[in-house]
Amino acid sequence: MAAIPVEHGLILAGLLFALGLLGVLVRRNIIFMLLSIEIMLNAAGLAFVVAGSRWQQPDGQVMFIFILAMAAAEVSVGLALAMQTYHILKTLDSDAAGRMKG
Amino acid sequence: MNDLFYISAAVAVISTAMVITKLNAVHALLYLIISLLAVAMVFFSLGAPFVAALEVIIYAGAIMVLFVFAIMMLNIGPEYAEVERKYLGRAAWIGPVILAGILTVELLSVFVRGGGPAAGTGIIGPKQTGIALFGPYLLGVELASMLLLSGLIGANHLGRRDSEHRSGQGRGVS
Repeated sequence: MAAIPVEHGLILAGLLFALGLLGVLVRRNIIFMLLSIEIMLNAAGLAFVVAGSRWQQPDGQVMFIFILAMAAAEVSVGLALAMQTYHILKTLDSDAAGRMKG
Repeated sequence: MNDLFYISAAVAVISTAMVITKLNAVHALLYLIISLLAVAMVFFSLGAPFVAALEVIIYAGAIMVLFVFAIMMLNIGPEYAEVERKYLGRAAWIGPVILAGILTVELLSVFVRGGGPAAGTGIIGPKQTGIALFGPYLLGVELASMLLLSGLIGANHLGRRDSEHRSGQGRGVS
């Protein structure tokens, strides 16, 4: 049984990233856009881990841990912003926030 | 273990596609949790058990709970009790349950057949990862701690309900 080719792992990461990007582009709900950003970050981490597994180095996993920390910080600020948007605009539609005051 | 990789990759892609096509945020969250669990299984089959555990604990655990909290806080009120009951009907959970069942079968097969990554790939365990993390990447750990602190302060600032700025804006000069 041969090893999993590195291309297959990268194809999976690319597919997940493309799905996340598609979600950001087509959805107008702020919660869904945040979810899609999470999908994209996760796909990027998957690419790192695949590469680390290919060269048998722990660096890929280290990068995944950094991405994890960044995703945690990003989602806390992003959800707080989404709550603020909902309280001010009474909707989660990102197009409603398209106009600035002043 | 190669088949485990491909099956969980298929589960991950299917559930991610469901995430971005579902209209209901709670249904999308259910599928996203399945997607993250499938990616954790992919990590395990690639010989990275430490990040597989982190994926389950932090991504599927902490971050998704944050999303659930936010969605539930946006839907406060008596009229949403009925809505919430409708969220979790049979049609909502049957898809995630099937996908989670596939992942469970994979997990059981790992237990039965004996673990280990796919042939030709060695395991990079927590020890090597930790040595690399607190050795050459120590500066990155410090930067990540500062990033988390700034995220904490930012969320705290944005989460305040009655700051002077916004109440002044809302009620005029009073």
